Amino acid sequence: MTLPFAKGQSVDAWLERYERNELLRFITCGSVDAGKSTLIGRLLHDTGRLYDDHLRAIEKESRVHGTRGGELDLALVVDGLKAEREQGITIDVAWRYFSTARRSFIIADCPGPEQYTRNMATGASHCQLAITLIDARNGVSTQTRRHAYIASLLGLKQVVAAVNKMDLVDWSEARFREIESEFVEFCARIGVADPIAVPVSALTGDNIVRRGERSPWYSGSPVLELLESVAIDRPQADSPMRIPVQMVIRPTLDFRGYAGSIESGSIRPGDRVRILPRGVESRVRRIARAPDEGGDLSVAQAPESVLITLEDEVDCSRGDMIVGVTPGGGGDAIVTQSFEADLVWMDESPLVAGRSLMLRHGTRVAPARVVAIRHAVDVNTLERHDASELPMNGIGRVEVESEVPLAIDPYSRVRGTGSIILIDRLTNATAAAGLIRTGDASDPHAKRAHWETAVVSTVEPPKGKSLVSDAERTKRWKQSPLAVLLYGAPGSGKTGTAFALERALWDKGHACVVLDGQMLRAGLSKDLAFTDEDRSENLRRAAELARILMDQGLVVVLSLVAPDASARARAKELVGAERFVEVECARTTAEQVVAAVLARLG
Amino acid sequence: MHLTHLDELEAEAIHILRETAASFERPVLMYSIGKDSTALLHLAMKAFWPAKPPFPLLHVDPPWKFREMISFRDATAQRLGLDLRVHINHEGLKQGISPITHGSKVHTDVMKTVALRQALEAGRFDAAIGGARRDEEKSRAKERIFSFRDKNHRWEPKSQRPELWNLFNARVGEGESMRVFPLSNWTELDVWLYIHRQRLPVVPLYFAKERPVVERDGMLIMKDDDRFALRPGEQVRMRRVRFRTLGCYPLSGAIESDADTLEKVIEEMLLARTSEREGRLIDHDQSGSMEEKKREGYF
Repeated sequence: MTLPFAKGQSVDAWLERYERNELLRFITCGSVDAGKSTLIGRLLHDTGRLYDDHLRAIEKESRVHGTRGGELDLALVVDGLKAEREQGITIDVAWRYFSTARRSFIIADCPGPEQYTRNMATGASHCQLAITLIDARNGVSTQTRRHAYIASLLGLKQVVAAVNKMDLVDWSEARFREIESEFVEFCARIGVADPIAVPVSALTGDNIVRRGERSPWYSGSPVLELLESVAIDRPQADSPMRIPVQMVIRPTLDFRGYAGSIESGSIRPGDRVRILPRGVESRVRRIARAPDEGGDLSVAQAPESVLITLEDEVDCSRGDMIVGVTPGGGGDAIVTQSFEADLVWMDESPLVAGRSLMLRHGTRVAPARVVAIRHAVDVNTLERHDASELPMNGIGRVEVESEVPLAIDPYSRVRGTGSIILIDRLTNATAAAGLIRTGDASDPHAKRAHWETAVVSTVEPPKGKSLVSDAERTKRWKQSPLAVLLYGAPGSGKTGTAFALERALWDKGHACVVLDGQMLRAGLSKDLAFTDEDRSENLRRAAELARILMDQGLVVVLSLVAPDASARARAKELVGAERFVEVECARTTAEQVVAAVLARLG
Repeated sequence: MHLTHLDELEAEAIHILRETAASFERPVLMYSIGKDSTALLHLAMKAFWPAKPPFPLLHVDPPWKFREMISFRDATAQRLGLDLRVHINHEGLKQGISPITHGSKVHTDVMKTVALRQALEAGRFDAAIGGARRDEEKSRAKERIFSFRDKNHRWEPKSQRPELWNLFNARVGEGESMRVFPLSNWTELDVWLYIHRQRLPVVPLYFAKERPVVERDGMLIMKDDDRFALRPGEQVRMRRVRFRTLGCYPLSGAIESDADTLEKVIEEMLLARTSEREGRLIDHDQSGSMEEKKREGYF
């Protein structure tokens, strides 16, 4: 029995209403002592989810294992495995189901304290909201802060503190307000957008399903009402479209469909898409569906599982990602082999930098390495510290390098394509969960471009110590040093122009070096991705290198995408405005560039 | 436009089925004919359309299923044009193992658990897709969607892999395998609603009809064939009954009911005060019994 349904009511009307129910997945955390199992038992019991035979079994068990002196112990509803029941502790994530007239719910029941971080991260990865239990007698504890932190780490925007055992503090409003303000303050500090505290007694049921009579001073909603009314994450109009391709379905030679789940955004026939990491473009022809299922779809959205066909014959298979092409070019996935992530380490043997693992991102599984541990986080104090290893249940920021290019998003933008797992290569155990931070503009610890640090560098260049003077160099090379920045989108002809210019300068007897973007990324900038920040950093490195070469008297031709005008301005400043020329390749022919540069060099 | 909870469950199940097909060399779908298998099979048809599901169906036959189940099974496989494989533990059969003489525990062990292992090994299947749901039974509440089994098909609740997002870890070593449960997050009601929404045909035994039943150990058992011998004092009576769950007929308790349409079945369930497993002898053997069976490799 789930929704209220009375004999004689029309089942068709009921079905129609239930059909419209939305799904909310939430996680419950807290120790057995805080009364979490009792709270879940109470939710299931008071929404009529427990059948008579279940209740009879629980009554029987209450007499043997119960902690309520033989009375009905609702905690026994959820304490599942035999060993757990005997020890009185739960040791894994358990899933519960119930529904009301407004919503259907899935509970990820994440017990503690053993393997707490690992279990909670696992449960939270499926959920949109967390309920953390606080014992009113103990108040906000280290454990409460840990729960809130892990919830925020996993991107849950709403955290509800159920301040339990209010009956044991005589329903004291003062006590509740004290706990509430401490909790809300802490949540604000760690970036939980929407913290709420509710005074409850799981034992008596007050403020769980029904409003409690003992807390007239509490004007907020009971727990269930909150669950029924919180906003559910839905794809927004500007959510980037992402489909990691699961498989190609090709029953006949004239049908080639790409099957996958929409991880973010929505899709319609005619939409422009790009296949990453290669970057080939096409358009959606059909969102195919069997005629007896209603035929093709005119639109589909996350998290639907779809089968799409494309206008062009493109190379696309499992592991690739189909992304939407937005007119402004914003919201692009980042194609890279290296990125930064927060890891929750789950394997018994600690992670040390340099370890080789299998990485799963979207539908791609590839060898990868954790090249560095940047810092570890103490989940109790939230302090960051240097660490040479991450133990089981440890959390830390790491740098990951994949053997193949991946199309990633920061976790804060798209959960489905901003997350990874790492797998032990020998045991095949799931060793870590990772949340990608590269490209996350709001993350205070994300890697930044180094323009700033370059300016405040404490290292003095050995200027003036060379035994060869600038004048001698000018005389030898018969030129004044010059930087020529050829910039523009991929395919705008930068590289061709750069080498045409090199040829012309060579023929005239000039000394010239070409620094092409591809050359830099092959080595010097191998660690960079294609984010705005990393493009900017790539330009900075090219400019620094150009400055060194120009100090030797050479002409340097830079060919880079360099889309950001402010980054180009900084490059110009870095090498010296008087010896810097920039050319947008899409607007200029190679001949024009050659003529202009030769004129400038005299 | 918003997706309903049934839409989300459907999308999730299709995602899991496609992952299984793409990640394993020899997957198989455990088809047990009941309502859960009906929903599962439909999802498989949908997941790979316009192609056929890229795996065979396997039915481990004890062989004490209702005759109507067997004819429904064969008709379904034929209608959908699927490769159906039936496995019977013939050794067990030779030993004369039956649910009536040996009781549900021995019978389940030999004719289902052992038989399943035989079938999986014979087919060298590395992934077995089943219709189990987490809401069915307490120990299943912690089951993974991709549930790892060692070389002996054993389930070790302490060494299961954490499952994060929908990034399933489908990697197994030589001889190891995976049980995959696409309906993990469905409830009994969800399955019926899906069957209702998609108008899927189900075994007629789910609907009320006059059937020959015997009262035994407080349950109504349908006398489906002559192997079921009456004990002294027992009488076969025609009663209007139906079944909430289907299994071996001597182990499946019928309920008296007038629900002869899908809507009425759903209505009856909404008003029901007992769980679907109440009518199954197999779960009542011993406390925590499903967990014991699972460790041994029962589905």
